[in-house]
Amino acid sequence: MIKLTPRNNQSKILIAITPIIAVLFTMIFGGILFWVLGKNPFEAIKLIFWDPLMSETFSDYARPQILVKASPLILIALGLSVGFKANIWNIGAEGQFIMGALISAGIGLALYPMENRLIFPLMVVCGTLGGTLWALIPAILKSRFNTNEILVSLMLVYIAEQALASASIGILRNPEGSGFPGSRNLNQYPSASNPELIAGSGVHWGVVFSILTVWFFHYLLKNHKFGFQIKLFGDAPRAASFAGLKSNYIILLCFSISGGLAGMAGMFELTGPAGAITIDFNVGYGFTAIIVAFLGRLNPIGILFAGLLMALTYVGGEISQFMLGIPAAAIQVFQGMLLFFLLSIDLIVKFQLSFIRNKHISRKE
Amino acid sequence: MDFASIDPTTVIYNLMIAATPILFAALGELVVEKSGVLNLGVEGMMIMGAICGFAISVETGSSYVGFIAAALGGAILSIIFAIMTQYFLANQVASGLALTLFGLGLAALLGHSYTGQVPPEVSKLSVPVLSSIPIFGKMFFNHDFFVYCSLALVFFIWFFLAKTRLGLIVQAVGENHDSAHAIGYNVTKIRFFSILFGGALAGLGGGYLSLIRVPQWTEGMTAGAGWIALAIVVFSTWQPWRLILGAYIFGGITILQLNLQAIGVNIDVALLSMTPYVVTIVALVLMSVNRSKKSIGAPGSLGKSFIKVL
Repeated sequence: MIKLTPRNNQSKILIAITPIIAVLFTMIFGGILFWVLGKNPFEAIKLIFWDPLMSETFSDYARPQILVKASPLILIALGLSVGFKANIWNIGAEGQFIMGALISAGIGLALYPMENRLIFPLMVVCGTLGGTLWALIPAILKSRFNTNEILVSLMLVYIAEQALASASIGILRNPEGSGFPGSRNLNQYPSASNPELIAGSGVHWGVVFSILTVWFFHYLLKNHKFGFQIKLFGDAPRAASFAGLKSNYIILLCFSISGGLAGMAGMFELTGPAGAITIDFNVGYGFTAIIVAFLGRLNPIGILFAGLLMALTYVGGEISQFMLGIPAAAIQVFQGMLLFFLLSIDLIVKFQLSFIRNKHISRKE
Repeated sequence: MDFASIDPTTVIYNLMIAATPILFAALGELVVEKSGVLNLGVEGMMIMGAICGFAISVETGSSYVGFIAAALGGAILSIIFAIMTQYFLANQVASGLALTLFGLGLAALLGHSYTGQVPPEVSKLSVPVLSSIPIFGKMFFNHDFFVYCSLALVFFIWFFLAKTRLGLIVQAVGENHDSAHAIGYNVTKIRFFSILFGGALAGLGGGYLSLIRVPQWTEGMTAGAGWIALAIVVFSTWQPWRLILGAYIFGGITILQLNLQAIGVNIDVALLSMTPYVVTIVALVLMSVNRSKKSIGAPGSLGKSFIKVL
């Protein structure tokens, strides 16, 4: 019989090492998965976790790619983490990512072929606004009517995907693309493109912004009243209302932040690595970012590392797909497993476990 | 554009087929939520059911064996969620999301070689006499076994929850787990099996999707059906009978939208494809207007972990 006692003070060391334990468990069970698929588990794990960083053959391609893939994940996860802390569940970051990209593409392409230094910053603002407005739909519905935000934000992902499909064959289609779906490539439009800032490094404006945002959130949550309010609202909503904290204010704010950052990530992805609006422009960053937020323990610095790790599994996954023929979906399974282990292992952070011999013990407390 | 070419009989007939997978999944989730657990992994369990059912029926050549496999697939996946939330006390929202992500990935992995294959056909089960009634016979009494099965299940689940001892215990556990524990019910065990039951029904819904509704296997083929099932449970205010209404309204919109596309209505196809999701949002809003969580019948302990104090 195991007895659980809630811990009053959660150990910082446990909080920091449990994600590492979860990663180790994922490696073991992932290895078993690859073995079942008939691949050498050790080689697969090495290809995913080691070769992208260290192998001479792959690192020239892989290291910049890790930054490219980590930056949207980190940006989105940072925004989501604020809401998750406050028990506000924005699951529709994927849709907000798409909307950010669509709105900024609309602005950028409307101004084509004008060249002006202000176009790119304008697109960043519009992309952020696009994501924010899309996220405000579930936020307003929740604050006005108490509608379930999880379901509404998710439904809006499917609506955004349809809007993306419609835009890429309709309003945003490249007029010189001989009728093929997809917009103009913004990489060929200097005022609206988001190129590598240092050649071969993978660093584009999105990477810079995501690092700045990590630093900003670290400060905001640690030293500003806002960080305390969020924590209070999530842990003790009644106490928060006695303290005069309006729940609608927190809901709208959390959704604006997470939607805005997701929209911004969409904009950077569009103008940089993706280049153009296409039907399959979104690749699931908005969903993977949920894993990143939890893996990073809803902590900005943690999210930075979690985003890099998750990007590593993406790039490593591509390499193992190429080298061993491991299907792309295996990496998704791998990421799902990571979240399972992480959430389960939290038990030892939150509770003290003690083994009891006798089952019949009188009730305490 | 020719509205006259839309045949109401066929629309109703197809509507029932479109609604059935969602009805199955929603029925399962209803029982899970009645026991006080919020499992957001319906989409993942559905797609696992879809691939398990598809693969097994292609291999064995029997669609009924396939349906059993679909239910088992959904139930087995739900065990992960049950262990995480009931024994490791993990956050239910996050665990449910993890289950969906994992299920979508695993199904894509398993289904890799089944894309483009054709499953064995499921024969129609015409009700004698009734199916020969002119219009109505074709609409309502000429379906496959599972359409009737889903409707019968609505009755059984209503009966189980409202009229049987075990059903009332499930509801008690969902309403207030501390009290239920105090009278001596095993909260964890009851919730564990409710989750399994929900997983099996979600799997069955997924199997219906890949074996009858579509019938084909494509990656991510559930396309949000699991989430819509979750929305319908809220829409029904946790009453089994209203699930039929929710599922059939949704099925109706899906079919109508497809019909409008087919006759070439001059509206963007994407706009029409959005309608089921928009309508779901509208329905959710209508349900929540002017009502607090208490009065719309949500189980009292919904989504909360049960921590046993010895």
